[in-house]
Amino acid sequence: MNGLNISSDKLSMLSKINVMAENLTGAFSLRVDGSPYAKGSSPNVTISAKKDLPGIDIRVKDGTVGEKIHIPVILTQSGIKDLVYNDFYIGENCDIEIVAGCGIHNHGHEDSAHDGIHSFHIGKNSRVYYSEKHYGENAPESGKNIMNPTTIIDIAEGGYMEMDTVQIQGVDNTIRTTKGKLGDKATLKITERIMTDGDQYAETRFEVDLDGEESGTHVISRSVARENSKQLYVSNVNGNNKCSGHTECDAIIMDAASVSAVPKISANSTDASLIHEAAIGKIAGEQLIKLMTLGLTEKEAEDKIINGFIQ
Amino acid sequence: MLEIKNLSYVTPEGKIILDDINLTVDKKFVAITGPNGSGKSTLAKIIAGIITPTKGSITLDGVDLTNMSVTERARSGVSFAFQQPVRFKGITVMDIISIAAGRELSLDEACEYLSEVGLCARDYINREINESLSGGELKRIEIATAFARSTKLTIFDEPEAGIDLWSFQSLIKVFERMYEKTNGSIMIISHQERILSFSEQIILLKGGTIAAVGGKSDILPHLMNGDLKFECARRA
Repeated sequence: MNGLNISSDKLSMLSKINVMAENLTGAFSLRVDGSPYAKGSSPNVTISAKKDLPGIDIRVKDGTVGEKIHIPVILTQSGIKDLVYNDFYIGENCDIEIVAGCGIHNHGHEDSAHDGIHSFHIGKNSRVYYSEKHYGENAPESGKNIMNPTTIIDIAEGGYMEMDTVQIQGVDNTIRTTKGKLGDKATLKITERIMTDGDQYAETRFEVDLDGEESGTHVISRSVARENSKQLYVSNVNGNNKCSGHTECDAIIMDAASVSAVPKISANSTDASLIHEAAIGKIAGEQLIKLMTLGLTEKEAEDKIINGFIQ
Repeated sequence: MLEIKNLSYVTPEGKIILDDINLTVDKKFVAITGPNGSGKSTLAKIIAGIITPTKGSITLDGVDLTNMSVTERARSGVSFAFQQPVRFKGITVMDIISIAAGRELSLDEACEYLSEVGLCARDYINREINESLSGGELKRIEIATAFARSTKLTIFDEPEAGIDLWSFQSLIKVFERMYEKTNGSIMIISHQERILSFSEQIILLKGGTIAAVGGKSDILPHLMNGDLKFECARRA
């Protein structure tokens, strides 16, 4: 049990984005239906409300190691348009984990929307593991669930950030923007997994500036588009120094869905080494047959392939 | 016992691949051999249900498989190890062996199957079956998967291809242990002399028909002498 007196339906929604009641202690922030609901700080991590804008500042002291910070958002009332700015100031030589995410439960007729703008300022030689999960659930004929997360990442010399982002159910419309700016020997690894169905639309845009010497990035996007859904993937990696960049967009397309991938790499230094890969296709027939020869039905085989692909 | 009656396959373009095949398989180890293009792999895929024959029937232990789907045949006791194993992004070695076994396996159980094919389980169990695995590694995982299924009939399409670093003797031991477990038939499509020598029954296909069926003492000398004009038998 938590000491926050959170209702069971809210806890259930939190669990859908990988946040449990016991995670809401120490340094955390919970936002519900467009307003701050509860927050806490720890000796090394201070979370405070912004004075001029909706949202919070998260300040992590130099040398903080092993701390896990949860900052979930849930919307349980239809028609809410939530805009929030969360700024992370992470000191030097830290090694921390941040779990964010947004869950929308929309049973009304109006659209619900959450636009989260997260800015990360990562100090020298710090390591940050950041995960976010976006999840929605609607009743039939209810309004749309809209999420437009923006993530802006600035990594100082020797810093490292790993971002793992998942949206596999119930988000009707999303434009996801991620921008990275890397200093010397800084590394940014992004893994994105998306599944859309029905008439959903997902657009994802990555822009990474490899400004520092020996900086590097690896962007991996795996997605599945089903039914009438549409997806657009855009990546733009700029190698401005001796650096390495690798982007991969891999999509499975099914039914009447459509997927576009627009990967762009630009080398502005002769020492920049950049690769992009993009592959879109239906599930290979031989993959289905292989699993069917092991006793799965065609539907079971399809589910297994999709779940594995975006797990 | 596998019984194939009057089985033919003609491509949509009208090319005859198999022509009136009649065959009974009731031995432990049966090899299907023949030149390239003789219809070996097509016959195996028809038995597994991957290709639909133009005519004919197939029964396994009295159960008519002819109109069954790939899944139904798999559940009725047919296993098929592909010549070119399929790669999957996101499905691990542990996943595929568990699917084959039809239940979630413990780490120890899965490791046992991998050890059978000479792979160090610890290094492989959580790896994805993707481009990072070599052809030889995939082939051995494919054999481990067939072992995990252990059904009444297992068909291997050229199991020896690409496993050079692993010995034939080890491969044959796997077949023997598989038989101990299943008491069923193991059908191996192969050009490899040592696999043919190990088999109790050899079926020689040529131009889509059965050119000869017999024990190794009947068939092998002819293959070696070239009497049956089978140019592939000496291929290593």
